[in-house]
This record gives sequence, structure tokens and C-alpha cells, in this order.
Amino acid sequence: MQLRDKVVMVTGASRGLGEALAHELARAGATVVAVARDERELSRVVDAIRAEGGKAHALGADVGDKEAILPLAGAAQALVGPVDVLIHNASTLGPTPLRLLLDTDCEDFERVLSVNLVGPFRLTKAIAGAMAVRGGGLVIQLSSDASVNAYPGWGAYSVSKAALDHLGRIFAAELDSMGVRFLSLDPGEMDTVMHREAIPDADPSTLARPAAVAQRIVQLIRASDFANGARLEVA
Amino acid sequence: MRPATWPRPEPERERLLVVDASAGKLVDRNVGELPSLLGPGDVLVVNDAATLPASLAGVTARGEALEARLAGLEGDRARAVLFGAGSWRAPTERRAPPPALAPGDELDFDGLAARVETLESERLVSLRFGESGARLYRALYARGRPVQYSYVAGSYRLWHVQTRFAARPWAVEMPSAGRPLTFGVLTALRRRGVAIASLTHAAGLSSTGDGALDASLPLPERYEIPARTRDLVRSAERVIAVGTSVVRALEASRLEHGELRAGAGEARLRLDASFSPAIVSGLLTGVHEPGTSHFDLLESFAPRAVLERAFAHSEASGYLGHELGDSWLVLAARARGARAA
Repeated sequence: MQLRDKVVMVTGASRGLGEALAHELARAGATVVAVARDERELSRVVDAIRAEGGKAHALGADVGDKEAILPLAGAAQALVGPVDVLIHNASTLGPTPLRLLLDTDCEDFERVLSVNLVGPFRLTKAIAGAMAVRGGGLVIQLSSDASVNAYPGWGAYSVSKAALDHLGRIFAAELDSMGVRFLSLDPGEMDTVMHREAIPDADPSTLARPAAVAQRIVQLIRASDFANGARLEVA
Repeated sequence: MRPATWPRPEPERERLLVVDASAGKLVDRNVGELPSLLGPGDVLVVNDAATLPASLAGVTARGEALEARLAGLEGDRARAVLFGAGSWRAPTERRAPPPALAPGDELDFDGLAARVETLESERLVSLRFGESGARLYRALYARGRPVQYSYVAGSYRLWHVQTRFAARPWAVEMPSAGRPLTFGVLTALRRRGVAIASLTHAAGLSSTGDGALDASLPLPERYEIPARTRDLVRSAERVIAVGTSVVRALEASRLEHGELRAGAGEARLRLDASFSPAIVSGLLTGVHEPGTSHFDLLESFAPRAVLERAFAHSEASGYLGHELGDSWLVLAARARGARAA
């Protein structure tokens, strides 16, 4: 997929991989709608993209909030037109330090599913229908190796990511005939705030830089060489 | 005709009357059976406009209450129909008139400022908001409510007035002919070989409560036709429009350019009994009463006698009206040969 003048929405774009993706997509010529809860950080990201000559808009929203989804989809598309690529990058680990499932409060488990699974479902529902009647579009779910491996302590996050992968597979099976494609990407371990929260004693030198991972993801989008609903490891 | 007063849980089980103009035949079906009624060579064109929460409660600088229903919004400028104090629960024709206004007057919509730029009539004004871009949309989504009418049983939430394929919030009332189209139906149509295409048309207000103003509706409405839709329509044997807004956009483009073109435009044409669509030969629509402009428009697809019989049948069989109601599929006497358009 050629990204020039395409509209790409990235959630969780105020830091980490989301920030790096917003930059890299704008460099590829896309118009980026950057979404995150922290509007100050988001403005910093969007200002930096614009300073480089890229096209970006900041929209503050919590994807875990049901009431935020239609206003987000509406405002984004009012400003820049129909979304061509939707990237579900926002996610939460839940409370840290990480804890075993039997030590996890039900409310915390629900909140993780709200942000990592139900939010992407709602946002896909708000955006992918128009992609389908327009004849195409791409939805990317950021996954994790915790979606396929059972690591003690990663319960809520792990479950949400496994379900998110499968959400993409089912959407792919249902909308393949209408040209909407779904892809889950496992970015591997990166040097991000989220990783430090999860594994505080990790050696940063062993972790990938978000900018390098973002470059690779943009290459994958350009090549678009994957089966609909696939799950790929970026590294 | 009784209106549907609240969204029903299973749109595919809503009723669909097939009005076959050439045979003068009426057949009762349901929306879920639509795929069996269309086939290869057909293209179904939907309006993908999302619905803005276009009703804003505000006050004048003198503290007089009013409601503004945006009729269209571009940039930070809007045309709006104004009402005095009150809500959607009162029929529009019984709503109090808005406070007297003059150009330059400031309105306050709960912290969102707007200035009256021009008055086209007592009720129809042009406004300029004090915010623009993302801040304006944030303010509108935070304060606005969906435009609705007194026959609806409760207050709409934003999701009640979106089709399943909504994108840009250009419409101020739901393009409701597309409301019952589920993705179960749309993907079944694809499997039948029916092409699905979209355009965006800024569907406006359907009623203002002011006879003179209502007679001037619809106001000019912007639209945009994607290149893919142009190509699918040109190569189709039969073009089925989902809603009059789709007829309006396609035929406006043809009238303006002499052929259907991709791109943006403004539809100014009025569709009525005398209008002859050259592109569209079938229409999926809500059920409208004789005497309304919607009903008159159907005459360009089927003889009046057939339509009157269809309405009498619908009423006798308990079809429900208005935007949450049942549907008609009106098929013109013959395919118009969209290829020629």
C-alpha cells in the first residue's frame, strides 16, 4: 500500500512505538491522526511532525471510554477525510508491578480489556464499515508475544492481546470480500516506558528502539504481503 | 402511517416492500431478503456520511433560550435553523419562534461561542463559531445532540443515528435509508455478485416547522463521489441508490458535468415528480406519505397509481414510517443503462 496522502489513525501516539509510528508514517507522506489521552504529550508529537514538514492532527481521547469513540471517529474524519489505515497501538498493562491473576482485581482486569480489546472493537466498528463500502482499508492490531505465550504475571494484558489477535482474524474472515484487511503485529521487546513499567530491571541495550520497529512496520504496510488476518513478528 | 418510535433490535427482519414499476407488482419481503432481489450487474450505492450531533442548546447575549439545528457545517461556518425555548419533544410546527436576532449578535452554546453573520429568514441564519478544526468538533460532540422529532420515544444517543458504514460527519440527520443495511446483508450482496459503492452526501434537515422554509428544502448540500464509485456506476447495468441523498449526488454530478464525475460538488437540484433520473434506476428508501416531497420524487421511478397502491398496501399491512421505519425498494420500469450516463 502506497502511504502518500493516505489517512492513518494511530492510537497511543503520545509516546513509545505510537509516537515513532506517527513520525514514520508522516515521513512516508501519510496524513496522521494521532490519538492519546495525554493531550500535552500528543501536541508535542504533532508539533514535531509538523516541524519536519509532515501532516498530523492531535485528537485527545481515551479509547477505553465508550463515549469517546464516535466523537473521535467523527472529528478525525471531519478534519482529514475517511481513514485508510487504523492502527490500534494504545494499550495498558494494568497495575504494575505485574501480578498473578488471582491477585488481580476484577475491576483492573475489566479496565485492561476495555482499553486493549473493547476499545479497538468499538473503534474498528466506527471506522471499518466505511472502509468496506469504499472497497478497502487496513486495520493493524499491535500484539505481543504475551498473546501466544503464558507468562505468569502478564494475565490481563496477555488475555487482551490474544483476544485482540483473534478479533482481527474474525474481522478478516468477515470482511475479506469487501477488501478490508487486518494484520496483527508483534513488535518484540522495545525500549519504552511501558516496557520499563513491566520489567524495570531489563537491560535497555538488549531492547529494540521504537523508531527502528516503526520503520519496519511502515515497510510491512507498504509491501502489504500478508494473508488477511495474519499475525506477524516485526523483528 | 404509524411511525417507528425506537430502533428495533433486528434490522434484517424489518419489512421491505418491493415496488416493481414495470409489472405494477407489490411484494412483501424483509430487509434480510434484499440479496435475493439483486444480482450481478447491480451496484448498490450508499451514503457514508456520519451524522453530526447537530442540535445545540444556547442563549443569546440577553439570556433568551434557543435551539440551533445546524443545517450544514463547513469549516467554522454553519447554516442553522433556530427555534425558541423547548425541545424535540414538541412538534417542530408548534415550537416557539427564536428570539429576534441581528447580524453580529453573539450566541453562547454552553461555552461554545457563535456569531450571527446573516439572517436569511427569521429562523434560518448563518453562524460563525468561535472555534475551528479539532477544537470545534470536540465542542460540538461534547454539546450537540442528534436532531430528532417528536414521534420518537426517547432521546437519541449518537450511535442511534449512525449507519454501519458512516465516515465523515457531514449529515445533520441520519441518511436513514441505509440504517437497516447490516453487514450481514452487505456481505451477502457481495456474494451474490452485487457491487457495493459509497459516496458522501451532506444530508440536511428534513423539517423546520416553518412552511415557507420547509418548501425550500433541501438547501444546497455538498457531496463527494470517489473515483471507484464513478467507475462501478458507469459499468453497472443497474444502479440502486440507498436513499434520495444518493440520487441527488449522482444526478447532480451528471447535470453539472454532463456525465458522472468523481470529486466534490454541491447539489442544488430539486428532485420531484418532473425530474427524470438518468443514472439511478432503483431506490431503497423509507416509506413516505403521499403529499411529501419524498413521495413526489418516487414518481420518477414508478407511476403515481402504483405508488399510491403501494402506500395503501403498506398502511393496511402495518408498515412503519419515518427514519426508524420499514423500507421500500422501488425498481424503475426498466434499467436506465447507467453505462450511457
